[in-house]
Amino acid sequence: MGYTVTEKILLAHTDKRSISPGDLIECKVDLCLGNDITAPIAISEFEKTGVDEVFDNKKIALVPDHFSPAKDIKSAEQLKILRDFARKYSIKYYYEIGCMGIEHALLPEEGLTVPGDLIIGADSHTCTYGAVGAFSTGVGSTDLAAVFIRGRIWFKVPESIKFIYSGKLNKWVGGKDLILYTIGDIGVGGALYKAMEFTGDAIERLPMDDRFAMCNMAIEAGGKNGIIAADETTLKYVKETAKKSKKKWKIYKSDKDAQYCEVKKYDVSKLEPMVSLPPLPSNAKPVSQVKNVRIDQSVIGSCTNGRISDLRMAAKVLKGKKVHKDVRCIIFPATQATYLQAMDEGLMEIFIKSGCAVSTPTCGPCLGGHMGILAAGERSIATTNRNFIGRMGHLKSEVYLSNPAVAAASAVKGRIAHPEEVI
Amino acid sequence: MILKGRAWKFSNDINTDEIIPAKYLVSVDPKELGAYCMDGIIPGFSKGVRTGDIIVAGKNFGCGSSREHAPLAIKGCSISCVVAESFARIFYRNSINIGLPIFECPEAARSIEEGDEVEVDASMGLIRNLTKDRTYQAKPMPGFIQELIEAGGLMKWVVKKR
Repeated sequence: MGYTVTEKILLAHTDKRSISPGDLIECKVDLCLGNDITAPIAISEFEKTGVDEVFDNKKIALVPDHFSPAKDIKSAEQLKILRDFARKYSIKYYYEIGCMGIEHALLPEEGLTVPGDLIIGADSHTCTYGAVGAFSTGVGSTDLAAVFIRGRIWFKVPESIKFIYSGKLNKWVGGKDLILYTIGDIGVGGALYKAMEFTGDAIERLPMDDRFAMCNMAIEAGGKNGIIAADETTLKYVKETAKKSKKKWKIYKSDKDAQYCEVKKYDVSKLEPMVSLPPLPSNAKPVSQVKNVRIDQSVIGSCTNGRISDLRMAAKVLKGKKVHKDVRCIIFPATQATYLQAMDEGLMEIFIKSGCAVSTPTCGPCLGGHMGILAAGERSIATTNRNFIGRMGHLKSEVYLSNPAVAAASAVKGRIAHPEEVI
Repeated sequence: MILKGRAWKFSNDINTDEIIPAKYLVSVDPKELGAYCMDGIIPGFSKGVRTGDIIVAGKNFGCGSSREHAPLAIKGCSISCVVAESFARIFYRNSINIGLPIFECPEAARSIEEGDEVEVDASMGLIRNLTKDRTYQAKPMPGFIQELIEAGGLMKWVVKKR
């Protein structure tokens, strides 16, 4: 019996000869990650044990991206815990403000996530790195603390669901729309404990940034990981990014006779840009069906959609237009490199001239942290990943999820709009 | 260990933003977090909780972010355990790791009603609805997870293995 790509990567990181879904296994970790919300608990758990060395200071990444630059005194103290720990244990991949980006955009860009890796992070969107053909999943802080010590972690081998996407995508439709559509189909618990393997000709043609957006939201269907087996697109990306990290990679692909608990086939040739209505990512509808929804804010950025092609897409819509007088449009380039590239390409000028505010990289309003919190009764469209009740602020505020082109078009129109209404 | 209290009933897909909104994540103290437990769905929830009370929920309890503050907040507000039809996977790991007892039992989760008196024999996974005089058996934990629980949590197990 063959293996799926997820099973192959897991197996390669155990001492076992074979594995099956349901097995509890212990795996070696190639990279572990914490941020300013989750790492302070991990550090405190680590310190309580009395252990005074980490398993490998070159396999730990600490990214202060959630409440940074510090939003208040308490978050400044959390950030300091990370900084002090990073200095004490000479953590190689600690990113101070100024170099820092949103973790799930930053680490791939730094070449730290490569095909065949096993990566865990104390952040649920760690599943993003499946886009480079790695096994990568979110865990909690205590799990991270245990990895700081042992460099290993326990997993239950997940069953895999194979998703096959076929057909040429329409203009303005990308990875974000594919994943919102998928979550809309299977629900927020539709892939609970399972691996989501994305395949098909539409995926083969999908650029890296769109693949990141898809794998990023596997968790919103309850998935353990999302994964796209590495192909030529991945290799082109990794050859460039790994120059910096000098990391070696290994490509795994699913066997022809691999076992799946479910196979889902989607013809996506007629797919429209999708919008997920509050309060769940699974409330996905084609944008044409979301009529007369006025917005107060548009957030473009996040670990889902803050990469360069996302900003290009937003700029394409905003060029020569003005943000509606009743809307605040806030742009968050995901990393410093993305910020710089957007400047070089003239995107920043487009944003500022159209009346957008541009922020330094931060998770900011995505989780209701800072930099764009909503008051009671306010509504935001956002290229983020969660639209739970109160996610971006007051319990009586609302978040609608979309791709960057729809968020930009909606900022211009003052209501949720298709990009073609603006162009 | 016998856990006993009144049931607080919740629906499917309760997410961690509801269990502990992000604005409170500037603290890692369970008592402080506990004061805001479930604040994203029932503001002031913790004020009505009596020590030992039990959360009973539907499917996919604890979905969303990986914040360990969610099980910490539940523990910190004196809830003794959570019974649900199913748990989101990171929440499941986190609860075991920090020592919040959780029980997967669809029958119990469906039939227990708000305010029912419930007693749980944690080691047996036996759930008794004292109000309705019914008993349910929770899904047993896999052997390895039992080992973690018996060691006193993940960190104690890690130190022992070192």
